[in-house]
Amino acid sequence: MTRSARIFSNGQAVAAASGYDGAPPRVGFFTDTSVCIGCKACEVACKEWNRIPEDGLTFTAMSYDNTQGLGADSWRHVAFVEQVREGAPGDLAGAGRVRWLMSSDVCKHCTEAACLDVCPTGAILRTEFGTVVVQEDVCNGCGYCVPACPFGVIDQRKEDGRAWKCTLCYDRLGAGHEPACAGACPTESIQFGPLDELRERADRRLAALHGAGMVDARLYGRDPDDGVGGGGAFFLLLDDPEVYGLPPDPVVTTRDLPQMWLHAGIAAVALAVTVAGVFVGGHHAP
Amino acid sequence: MRHEGKLARVGPEGVVPRRRAQGGDDQTCTSYYGLPVINQPVWSARDVAGYLFLGGLAGASALVGAGAHVTERPRLARSAKLGAAGAAALSMLALVHDLGRPARALHMLRVVKPTSPMNVGSWLLAAFGPATAVAAASDVTGVSPVLGDAATVCAAVLGPAVAAYTAALISNTAVPSWHEGRREMPFVFVASGASAAAGVGLVLAPAGELAPVRRLAAVAGPTEIVLTKLMARKMGLAGEPYRTGRAGATLRIAEVCTLLGAGGALFARTRRAVALGSGLALLAGSALERFAIFYAGLHSAQDPRYSVLPQRERLSRPPDGTSR
Repeated sequence: MTRSARIFSNGQAVAAASGYDGAPPRVGFFTDTSVCIGCKACEVACKEWNRIPEDGLTFTAMSYDNTQGLGADSWRHVAFVEQVREGAPGDLAGAGRVRWLMSSDVCKHCTEAACLDVCPTGAILRTEFGTVVVQEDVCNGCGYCVPACPFGVIDQRKEDGRAWKCTLCYDRLGAGHEPACAGACPTESIQFGPLDELRERADRRLAALHGAGMVDARLYGRDPDDGVGGGGAFFLLLDDPEVYGLPPDPVVTTRDLPQMWLHAGIAAVALAVTVAGVFVGGHHAP
Repeated sequence: MRHEGKLARVGPEGVVPRRRAQGGDDQTCTSYYGLPVINQPVWSARDVAGYLFLGGLAGASALVGAGAHVTERPRLARSAKLGAAGAAALSMLALVHDLGRPARALHMLRVVKPTSPMNVGSWLLAAFGPATAVAAASDVTGVSPVLGDAATVCAAVLGPAVAAYTAALISNTAVPSWHEGRREMPFVFVASGASAAAGVGLVLAPAGELAPVRRLAAVAGPTEIVLTKLMARKMGLAGEPYRTGRAGATLRIAEVCTLLGAGGALFARTRRAVALGSGLALLAGSALERFAIFYAGLHSAQDPRYSVLPQRERLSRPPDGTSR
């Protein structure tokens, strides 16, 4: 591994790479959207356990989704997609042509987390469980993590100025409990556990669905070779990621940072040389 | 509430299974009810675009101040040093003001973190700001010229880094129209900073000492314009916001200002009014340039097309490992 790769990437053993000795196994979520019923119990349980403030009771009229997306005060978000499939068989009322897709979105707890990389204060850290958590007593509300996240997860809470997102219930994990959303999910769409086990379980589930003819089923965020090194939270989706509001090929921005620093360095030298040039160039006269 | 104002983008029918967001290039894109893929930057334009301008101005002015100091142009040196110190002080005020928790501004210096350009920039400013202040204060008061010389050198060494790092700061995000400009942005930023520093000299210094900043204006102004166009062209779809809407309009005014300023500087040898006008035009051009870039980023963050389409294209390319 090159020097810059060591600074800018932490490999798959995230907790060990962050300095934890004898860290417990990395944990995460496998969200199987094929069994999600859109009940939003996860949203409610998350709000309750984490004491997240109310953030508007907007009626969007766009679907059965008034939460709209993840943010400072929504750490789980159930996307609700209503698809009318042209040409599909259906009765006069259109039943059969309509398909509902539901998916409970959450922070991906990326292996290579942009929010953690760009945080200038060290407020965002990697826990011993391999998750990514904001320390609320350190965050100074600079807002850098917000546009750095390729998934649109973390956001600034206007009322208190700080950045907030899913902690994967860090407080519950320490006490040996599963996260509140996973506990509340009535269909086991949200599964919590050691990431290795979840990945195997997801692979088996995907094979079963493909075997049943659901050829559009695919795993999202499971691949350790993807643009964020794989997610600690990953998904089984039934359509393209962008249908659910997810980026199809997210890449952690800091992968390109060595190149940005190089170009900034060259530009800085070019500036110094140019200014020196305008003083030595020409003759010392008006 | 979070996406307030964006819902107008959702069709009135309410049921939009696979919304086709219309694109200027006739490119359509599947999205979740037209909602953005990434969360919107929370930075205020005045504070952060303003800082991009002031930081560039301060960094390049520190260089001009040292150059004038060494080549014995005392009035230009004083103007540039005052410009650098004033802009650096305003920069830090703007940055602290933009924090959600301004009282925690010093948390920026808890760690040293090369993966965070904002952290690197905080350390740069922590040294650069005081150096410019000491250099300017010593020049004006005549107190401790040795310390003043040292501070002038220190500010000149850090200045280019202060002018350039902000490009890495905004490019190091998932905002398409910032991230995709990451190769050219540092060069745009230092040219813009140099153009603004030339403007400070033209406005504040007397006619007899203006030759270097007139040359700087003639080089930096056109460079800023050409590089910005090049950057937007090489960005592909993410370059679109630089040509349309608020960012495009702001950029066109910036170009006119910068061209007028750079052109005027050529004729500013004897006429004080021409120098003053040219300098103000260069400053306005540089500032508007930064606001245009800021707005372009906001526009690209709002529309899921700019996030989704390039990623789709990347996925459909054969995995030969090549990238621009």
